[in-house]
Amino acid sequence: MTELALHILDIAQNSIRAKASMVEITIAEEPQQDRYVIEILDNGPGMDEHTLTRVGDPFFTSRTTRKVGLGIPLFRQNAELAGGALQIESEPGKGTHLKAIFGFHHVDRPILGDMAGTLLILMTNENQTEIVYKHQTPKGDYEFDSREVKKVLEGASINSPGIRNFLLEMIRENLEQIQISE
Amino acid sequence: MTKIKSLADLKKLKDEVQSKIKLREKGDHPENLIQIKVSMATCGIASGAKDTMNFLIEELDHQGIDAVVTQTGCMGYCYAEPTIELLIPGQEPVIYGYVDKVKAREIIDKHIKLNEMVDGIIPVTYKKIDE
Repeated sequence: MTELALHILDIAQNSIRAKASMVEITIAEEPQQDRYVIEILDNGPGMDEHTLTRVGDPFFTSRTTRKVGLGIPLFRQNAELAGGALQIESEPGKGTHLKAIFGFHHVDRPILGDMAGTLLILMTNENQTEIVYKHQTPKGDYEFDSREVKKVLEGASINSPGIRNFLLEMIRENLEQIQISE
Repeated sequence: MTKIKSLADLKKLKDEVQSKIKLREKGDHPENLIQIKVSMATCGIASGAKDTMNFLIEELDHQGIDAVVTQTGCMGYCYAEPTIELLIPGQEPVIYGYVDKVKAREIIDKHIKLNEMVDGIIPVTYKKIDE
């Protein structure tokens, strides 16, 4: 995948499929430490030790429609190619915490890409999982919380005319203010 | 410098388009609406399902066609991603493979508007002969 936003969309869908009620996505740009850190935290059912050892295996998946599961292996590959690493911690009943570290100045670090589009797709998930997104850089922080957006909309659809475009622009403008790297 | 949009502006916008939204919601019985499910697992995302989904939402909205576009998991046709399932009320669901923007436009123009099926259907919704 060519954009980090696509990886985030892919991995956060795992949390939604696991029926987590909340997914917290954090991106921290740390040019000083030469790190670009993506964390995805959920409060889903978590995984036992045995499952956890197998999530990095491309031939392991919980799906029955196919026999390969490439989401995490691809994300790990991209992180490692950019001089970083990927770690997953999980405990049954406590949720899952995924952390992907990329080299900030590494030429092979993919661009973040269309994060606004990713957030809107994640927000309209069928399990009513709430999405919290935090983006932190030395220039400032931005936080997006699907609960706040839903409160303002009072039941109106996110895909209503005008509203969708407004949300996309709102997220993009706020990110442009603080992003150091694209 | 233009002001950055915030949730307060969203509230204003929502109040402005309130009447429009209510009208749409009254007829919002999903079973009477055209439903499109876009396969959005690793395989779909890697093949561009996100662009296809955005295009479908925007194009259907632009043309004023009332439809619900949602995401779904992997349907098992990873070789033919992006795949979509099109459900028109009262008809059998149809699955299309290799749906890029060009294909998506063709499906909207021919299948949704004129009810003519187009190439690219994955034959899964067949019925057995003894049924």
